[in-house]
Amino acid sequence: MPLLWLRFALACYFIGLIYAFFALTRTSDLFSRIALHAASLGMVFHFVSLVELFLSGHVVWASVHNGESLLAFFSMTFFMIIYAIYQTTSPGVVVFPIVFFLTFIAAVDEQPVLLTAFVQHKGWLIAHIILIFTGYAALVLSFGASLLYLLQESRLKAKKPSSLISFLPALEVIDQIGYRSLLLGFPFMTLGLITGSVVAMSTYGHVDFTDPKILLSLLMWAVYMVMVVTRWNSGWRGRRAAVLATFAFVAAIVAWAANYFSTIHRFAAS
Amino acid sequence: MRYQLIGVNHRSAPLEVRERLAIPESRLSDTCRDLAAYPGIEEGMVISTCNRVEVVTHTTNGAADLRGFLREHFDLTAEELDAHLYEFREKDAVRHIFRVASSLDSMVVGEAQILGQVKEAYATARALGTVRAQLDQLFTRAFAVAKRVRSETAVGSSSVSIASVAVELAKKIFGTLQGKSVFIVGAGKMSELAARHLMAHGCASIFVSNRTYERAVGLAHKFNGQAVRFDDLYSICDRADIVITSTGSPHAIFRREHGEQFLARRKNRPMFFVDIAVPRDVAPEMAKLDGIFTYDLDDLQQAITSHVADRGKEAELAEAIIASEVERFEARLQTLDVVPTIVSLQDHLETIRQAEIDRVRGRMGPLTPEQEMAVEALTRGIINKVMHTPVTTLKTAAREAEATTVIEVVRRLFNLQDKEKGPASQAGNVEPSNKDASDKGARSRR
Repeated sequence: MPLLWLRFALACYFIGLIYAFFALTRTSDLFSRIALHAASLGMVFHFVSLVELFLSGHVVWASVHNGESLLAFFSMTFFMIIYAIYQTTSPGVVVFPIVFFLTFIAAVDEQPVLLTAFVQHKGWLIAHIILIFTGYAALVLSFGASLLYLLQESRLKAKKPSSLISFLPALEVIDQIGYRSLLLGFPFMTLGLITGSVVAMSTYGHVDFTDPKILLSLLMWAVYMVMVVTRWNSGWRGRRAAVLATFAFVAAIVAWAANYFSTIHRFAAS
Repeated sequence: MRYQLIGVNHRSAPLEVRERLAIPESRLSDTCRDLAAYPGIEEGMVISTCNRVEVVTHTTNGAADLRGFLREHFDLTAEELDAHLYEFREKDAVRHIFRVASSLDSMVVGEAQILGQVKEAYATARALGTVRAQLDQLFTRAFAVAKRVRSETAVGSSSVSIASVAVELAKKIFGTLQGKSVFIVGAGKMSELAARHLMAHGCASIFVSNRTYERAVGLAHKFNGQAVRFDDLYSICDRADIVITSTGSPHAIFRREHGEQFLARRKNRPMFFVDIAVPRDVAPEMAKLDGIFTYDLDDLQQAITSHVADRGKEAELAEAIIASEVERFEARLQTLDVVPTIVSLQDHLETIRQAEIDRVRGRMGPLTPEQEMAVEALTRGIINKVMHTPVTTLKTAAREAEATTVIEVVRRLFNLQDKEKGPASQAGNVEPSNKDASDKGARSRR
């Protein structure tokens, strides 16, 4: 049963969570290595659980909890990619708690809430889900990076002696992580929305722009675009970028929560 | 041991005072000569760096008026000067010199530059002849101690100077320094050093600007960089990621509005200002701009303190080395002190022996060679036996604090003080001045 593997993964991510709290106050190479290994192991379990889920043959992808599990997995993947490039585990400070939270919700109980609407193009739906979640994961990373940027900036500005020995990577590295996640996530998010509307069109014949889910998704996408454009044009970073990223992140969460209110984008049969 | 030292450093005096006392290289020789010619001074040398000015002397009576010398030489009043001075004598002076040379007294503990600077000052004074036997042995030992501290402790291992702290901070902002460009505003020694460090860590290009354009050209040439006229400063500055500024300007050259311009032109990419000028070249409001990081001398020192704290244990170890070295040095000096007494004791007894033999000869007429030999052996034997105890006592005492007392007793017992300018008269002086000195040393340290 997939939940078993997911719970193993959860245990591993828990170590990451502890690391995240620990890393805020002090820095330890040993612990970050342990956290990294635990997280990798967690990803293996997580992957197994996802494969098992997929092989079970249902379109269970579309259950809220499975979606959360998938999002957690993608976020971890991003984290690992960043680790491979920059050799830093510090984004984990933000990513680990989010991943743990998502996995936790997904792992607490079996919840076969399925997408009720009959879907004609299963391929499109799967593409939509993967694209959107990749976009979400990138957004999570970017949000995390912008928080870390603020933290590092304030440390450097405070001119505390500790600014030299802080666990955080250099300001420009954090900035790059955030910016690259943002750039990478944007096309995914855009394509995800397009495939989503294709699915909606084929299912309902039209896209209902007054639906809260769609409205919020569009809003999130707009904020996302503003972020990319301001970064591109005037190099917004630091406080202003963090405000935007927070806004986009909140929009994303609200858009996600809108699943519960939307009439067309529903998982539960009610 | 009549060492006497006076000076100011970064802890005892603010920059304004240090600036007034700083001696440019070109005038160092004159200062040394003036010092050596000052009443009561036998040998003298001057160490002048950006963080300290110290006058080190060996005096005739251990109580030369070094404050008077400073006042006279720098044309300062007692009120301006005295509060910032520290003064050490004898053992305390030795300890201080050992600590300075070992970089334990530096703003950045463990930085390597200070030893080089002390060596230079020593070489200059030696060449002038104002450093001779006494200061020579002090500084030779100090260099050996510095070497020992460096090799036996980790104090110098993560050696950080202002320059390397600037590099570390730059790395915290930019990550890698590869391809970054540096702007030196005001061609000074410190900024040159900082630039050298930054270039060594991968900075790609360098701009140099100075009010005297020729100096900018000279420095730019050294780094293969580009000289910029001072008037073009603001139009070029945004091209630099790191700005090291050290002009003598009385007011800030970089103000908030400049920072805003730079950021707009740089698309908000961060900029790092290292302001080593006093008064500051970068207005404090600049730091309020997002993406602009300014560190002035005080901030850098604060950043450095963390390193010092890291090395607290090592510094303790180093202080222990210094303490034992001071003892050793003192012991050696005292051993040297007892030698003249032993020699004059030998001379004294030998004179008595010869006089007595002559008297015997006068009374008994010429002796046969056998008799000569017997008398010679007998008298020598007696003298050696008599000498044995005082000599061993002197040698043992040499290693202890009571050396001077023992020397004095021996001299009195054998009536050795009648020689003109003999060591006995000195020995009489050493003790009270010793006491006096350690009192004063203790006071000035407070």
